[in-house]
Amino acid sequence: MNYWKEFAKGLWEKNPQLVLGLAFCPTLAVSVSVSNALWMTLAATFVLVSSNLLVSAIRVIVPAHLRIPIFITIIAGFVTVVDLLLEAYQPEVYRSLGIFIPLIVVNCIILGRAEEFAQKNGVFLSVLDGLGMGIGFGLTLVVLSAVREILGANKLFGYTLIPGMEPALAMALAPGAFFTLALMLWAMNAVNSRKKGR
Amino acid sequence: MEIRVFVTILLSTIFINNYVLSRMLGLCPFLGVSKKLDSALGMGLAVIFVMTLTSFITYPIYKYVLVPNGIAYLITIVFILVIAALVQFVEMAVRKMSPALYQSLGIFLPLITTNCAVLGVAVLNVRSGFMDHGTSLGLMKCMVQGLGGGIGFTLALIIMAGIRERLEIAEIPENLKGAPITFITAGLLALAFYGFSGMKI
Repeated sequence: MNYWKEFAKGLWEKNPQLVLGLAFCPTLAVSVSVSNALWMTLAATFVLVSSNLLVSAIRVIVPAHLRIPIFITIIAGFVTVVDLLLEAYQPEVYRSLGIFIPLIVVNCIILGRAEEFAQKNGVFLSVLDGLGMGIGFGLTLVVLSAVREILGANKLFGYTLIPGMEPALAMALAPGAFFTLALMLWAMNAVNSRKKGR
Repeated sequence: MEIRVFVTILLSTIFINNYVLSRMLGLCPFLGVSKKLDSALGMGLAVIFVMTLTSFITYPIYKYVLVPNGIAYLITIVFILVIAALVQFVEMAVRKMSPALYQSLGIFLPLITTNCAVLGVAVLNVRSGFMDHGTSLGLMKCMVQGLGGGIGFTLALIIMAGIRERLEIAEIPENLKGAPITFITAGLLALAFYGFSGMKI
């Protein structure tokens, strides 16, 4: 199925962080806890799907040389929507994600998808593509944050796992994020090169 | 007294809250341009310049245009457009005024628009309250924060480029080459920079 293929490519084959090498900043910075990661996924996916939808809907009338500023403005508009919604309804989340909500606008995945996919394809396919990419982004983010939350805070979803155990604080800080992502990239390379070798 | 405040902001943005290794901003150029020492230096200088200039420009826009008109919630849209226009303008000015400088910095300038450290410093300036009404010398504080952020970014980039030039000739497992080994190195650097957080200024 063509539709299924467009949706599923973001999950593994073209995973934004692990294969395309995009969007490392939000991935590393918000992966301190799983709930942060899920909220970030929700916010980024919303922006990704809506910007893909709008870009693909207006793709015929956008002049080629003005497309980048137009796309950026569209994306920034949706980011502002997310920013205001989170500030109003989830102030706790808004505070813990901090500057990484406005920074969704420079998340390379979103402009990348608008440029590479949405301006060339129909509305429905673009929405599927955005959804798949958003979920793929979230998948990496959730795995990374689960490892960091378990090792760095001895918690999962805020519940203590092993009472009395001292967590490894370095995992909750920047070094832990770099190490965990390095291991994930390594694993991804190993799996892919084994597949190729066969 | 004020000098002390500026030194504190400068040192803490360079070492304690290093933009790359502690706040994790600007990782794309950090990975992309850290293969060679001289291109790392060029990128670093361009970032220092643009970050300081961004802090300088966004201050009056936020304080005298957005806030009095009650549209402060538009900062994301306004700032990203301002940064994009600014980078374009700087590129044109540098090309006109100093072709030699353009040769060495020019190719890095377009990349800077999507560098999240630049938008990051503008948003952080707002969130740290430097642009609030009644903050004394707010503009200077913003610019010092921009300067420090840029210097911190450059420092991390140069250290990384030095290490990666060595890594080129080292024997690394096939699957670890490229991004994974760079992130492991960055992790070790971040661990080292974490040591600065015990510093009292």
